This record gives sequence, C-alpha cells and structure tokens, in this order.
Amino acid sequence: MTSTYQNPRYAFRRPAALGSAVPERARVVITGAGVVGLTLALDLARRGVPSVVVDEDDTVSYGSRAICWAKRTLEIFGRLGLGERFLEKGVTWSRGRVFFQDQEAYGFDLLPEQGHEYPAFVNLQQYYAEEWLVRACDASGLVDLRWQTRVTGVEAQAAGALLHLGTPEGDYGLHAEWLLACDGARSTVREALALPFQGQVFRDRFLIADVVMHADFPSERWFWFDPPFHPGQSVLLHKQPDHVWRIDFQLGWDADPEVEKQPERVIARVKAMLEGASGMAAPPFELEWVSVYTFRCRRLEKFRHGRVIFAGDSAHQVSPFGARGGNGGVQDVDNLGWKLAAVLAGEAPEALLDSYDDERVLAADENILNSTRSTDFITPKNSAAHAYRDAVLHLARSHGFARQLVNSGRLSRPATLHGSPLATPGGEGLPLGTPAPDAPVLVAGRADWLLRHIGADGRFTLLCFGELPAEIPAGITALLVADDDRAGALWDHAGLVARRWQAKPGDCLLLRPDQHLAARLQAPEAAEIAAAHRRALGLV
Amino acid sequence: MPLQTEPRLADPDALYEALMQAHRALDEAASRRLDARLVLLLANHIGDMDVLRDAIALATQGDQP
Repeated sequence: MTSTYQNPRYAFRRPAALGSAVPERARVVITGAGVVGLTLALDLARRGVPSVVVDEDDTVSYGSRAICWAKRTLEIFGRLGLGERFLEKGVTWSRGRVFFQDQEAYGFDLLPEQGHEYPAFVNLQQYYAEEWLVRACDASGLVDLRWQTRVTGVEAQAAGALLHLGTPEGDYGLHAEWLLACDGARSTVREALALPFQGQVFRDRFLIADVVMHADFPSERWFWFDPPFHPGQSVLLHKQPDHVWRIDFQLGWDADPEVEKQPERVIARVKAMLEGASGMAAPPFELEWVSVYTFRCRRLEKFRHGRVIFAGDSAHQVSPFGARGGNGGVQDVDNLGWKLAAVLAGEAPEALLDSYDDERVLAADENILNSTRSTDFITPKNSAAHAYRDAVLHLARSHGFARQLVNSGRLSRPATLHGSPLATPGGEGLPLGTPAPDAPVLVAGRADWLLRHIGADGRFTLLCFGELPAEIPAGITALLVADDDRAGALWDHAGLVARRWQAKPGDCLLLRPDQHLAARLQAPEAAEIAAAHRRALGLV
Repeated sequence: MPLQTEPRLADPDALYEALMQAHRALDEAASRRLDARLVLLLANHIGDMDVLRDAIALATQGDQP
C-alpha cells in the first residue's frame, strides 16, 4: 500500500512517579489522546486549566477514520485557533448527490446561504486534526501528554479516581481529582467501572477503502443505492486532501471481513466503481488504507459518574452515516470544558456538571435517532423495508416530496439544548439553547465574523442590539451590535446578525462560553442579567 | 381532523377494481413496491402525521392475533 502521510512518533518521557509507592496527583486527567481528548485538553488549556493526557499509543490515528468535519465543529476549532488550518488543508463541500441504480435521484445543498465563516463540511483525515491538536496542546504549555501509557485499572473514589498506569519502563499510580474518559468506543475506564453500554447492533458490514488517485470527481458527497457496479448494496464517495478518496462499500452481513480486505479484491471493487461512476476507464490508483467495519448505536445511561465524566465514543456510539461520531464528540467537550473550568475556579458548584449530562445525553439521543433512521434506510431489514426504500428512491426521481424521504445519512447538525436547566425562560426569538448562528460584521471598517467575538475570551457574552445596558455585571463581556458604524461596535452592515438572531433593538442575548443561547432579555437591568448569568452557572 | 373511517367513496367497487387492476400483472416483489409507492403518495397527500399515525395503528391491529 502507498502512503501520503507519515505518522509522527511521540517520545515516551519517564514520569517522576514511576516506581514510587505513592501515587502522583493531578487535578484533571484525560484518558485518550484522540480528537475528543485532545480537543478537551486544548479547550481547558485555553481557559488556563492544566491537564495530564494519557494514551497507550505513541502517535495519531492510523488511517483517515473520521473525515467529515461539520460547520459547528469547525467553529469550535476556530475558537481554539485551528479553524483556518482546516479550511486551508481540507476539502470544502456542501453539495451531496444521491443515485439510484443507473440514474441520479436528486442532489442537495447543505448550506445554501452565504455569510458564514465556515462551510457546511470540510473533509480532512483524522490524523491531521490530531497532529495539529497535539502541536497546539504542546504549545499551550498546560497539557502534559504522556504517550505509551496504558490504563490498567481504575478505582472511582469520592474525591476523584485512582488510575493504574503501565508504561514501557514500569507502572505507576496517578490520582485524578477529575477523570475525563475520552478513550473511545472500547473505553478502558468504562469497562473498569463496569458501566453498561447498551443499544442496537446493525447486521451489516462495510468496507472502507482510501484510494490515492488523480481523478476529477467534484468536491461533493456521492451516494449510490443499488448501482450497477455494486448491485443490491450502497456505495459512498468522499474526497479528501492529498488526492485521497474515501469509498465505502456496503457488503452485507454475510461478507467475510478477512476475505474482503484482500487487496486484489478491494482493487477489483474500486475499479468497477470508478468505471461505473465515470463511464470511462478507471484512472491509475493505489490503496492507502482498507478496513471492514460493523456498527452499533448505543450510549451510557449517564455521562457523569461523580468525578468521572465520559465524552465522545466512550459515552455514545453511532453509525458513520451522518458524520455524527467525531462531530458529536467535539461538541461534548465544547460543552464540558467551560463548565469544568468554572467549577475548578470555584465560580460554579460541582452540580453544574450535571447539566453536561442533561444536555449531551439529549444531543446523543438526537444523534442516535438520526443515525438509526439512516441505517434503517440504508440497510433494509426485511422485504417490506426493501420495497419502501426502493419506492422512495423511485419516486424521488420525479417528485419533491419523496426526495425528503431519501435518507443516505442526516448530516451532523449541532443540537439545540431544549429544556436546558441553565437557560432562563422567557423572551422571544431564537429558541433557548440554540448554538449561535454566524454572520458577517464590520469591525473598525474591517470584514470580520460575529462568532469570532463570542466566547473567544472564555467568558459569557451579552450580545446587545442597538444599545448597551447601563451596567454590565462582572464576568460578562458586553458586545454591541449596531446597524450603523459606531466606535467599539460590531457593525451589522448586511443586517444578517439581526435577521439570523431574530433580534429587535434593545434585545440582549446572554451566550454561554460555548456559544449557546442562555437568556433572551429586553433592555435589562443589571440584576436581571446577573440572575441569568448565575442560573447559567448552576448557582440557582 | 381525526382519521375518517366512515364511508367516503362514491364508487367503492371502482376503487377496488382499480387496485386489483394495478396489481394484476405483478409478481410478489413488484406488488410490494407498488403498494409502497401508493402508501407514500397517499401519505404525502394526506400530509397530517396524526392521521397517518392513527391509520398505521388501526392497520396494525388487523394482523394482531
């Protein structure tokens, strides 16, 4: 197999506690240096919170794995200072096309409107994301990354958890006041605590092939149901940087994973697909990475277990259709980081972290629901399901209503945190719990983006339309949005901020550090703002 | 508006005949696809999820022992 990427090797550094009978102590320990764990470590570092991150490997992910980064995730990486790298290196796309048998059924655009800093999706191999996160964590000086460090045991305690760690040079103990388990679908922490992880298994297998080739398919997501080159099954094509193409072949439950992974077999499938999709001879290509997978949709009942908190695949697992795994995990830690920092700073009670559980269990259920529905469409379970699926695809060619029923993956969208205990009821406009919509603004005559100004300083933001309240309580950054060019204000020159936020003059919207809407106030007194702020910190 | 189960068809025999006619030349699988297309077209025409849920519930009862 060829390779467009060399995995960096991170050195093992001998920790001082090795061989000591007394466990080392740390306030925050993160298990798993994948996308989720590293994003959490970086988010905490941006808030001034140091952490220890342990990972059993000495490098970033093997194979491209998660490749579709959704707009909300890009906005989070933007806040963490990595957004531009994704735009620069990644493949931007927003169009998808769906084919049924030998014809196109329909196409869709995920972000038809202009005026957002980030596109609907950027495709980028997971190893790049992890490599950049590692570099940013190192540069922060607050993340202690410990490679080749395996968790061999976990004891939950009232004031944290004791980790037993194994390294190439011996074992040691590490006591964490807070243990954040970001150690993936086969989470060692989850297993050590014997927490049930239940849900639905799908009886189907998929082959992933990453292929290096110079082809001129557009930067779009192409999905085939029952194409002539792979009859009876589905195929998905995505473009990645470095001339790498991701092709997913549905194989069915009876396929033998070992046989299907044999290069000559994969090459024959890819060749048939390329010729079928383009109607021409396949261009020369080489395999970069091949994997066969099955999947499930399941979650932990609760994500917070005292001082042990789960995020990402260790807490919930979904099917890959919809790109809700990696994106859901990054949104977990976006929700968790500011809350943990507030608790550690003594600004909020530990109970604030229960809201992480409330809000992200809701989001996980939304992801699981969408992903289960997609899977039921893509993998019909019986002849009736098959008939309905084909009926939808057939009708979709000529009828708009049926296109809405075609489900080749409902692509990741951020959760609106309905019913959040941190939101102050009342007011009008965007629903409480909504993630902040972006819009273009002018700042001192320069083109800028609204979201860059929300939460970048780690604080709550009061977004005020037209005028600022006379008094702003401590701990809140007030931001004036004006429809004219005023000193110190964001000029909503295109009117898109007011429109997207459904805001009237005098509206003051309280946003949490993770850019979710916590309160909708009208020309508020300082006491009203302070009360909403306290509530959003779990103080009420 | 709840699911209507009172008689509403001016010519019930004609409907039944049209359905039989549509299925006449089809094998099992093709019949299934035809019925599915028909259900989807009619469901969209009705456009009311409460009515559709009522109909699904009522139809499901038909095969319960």
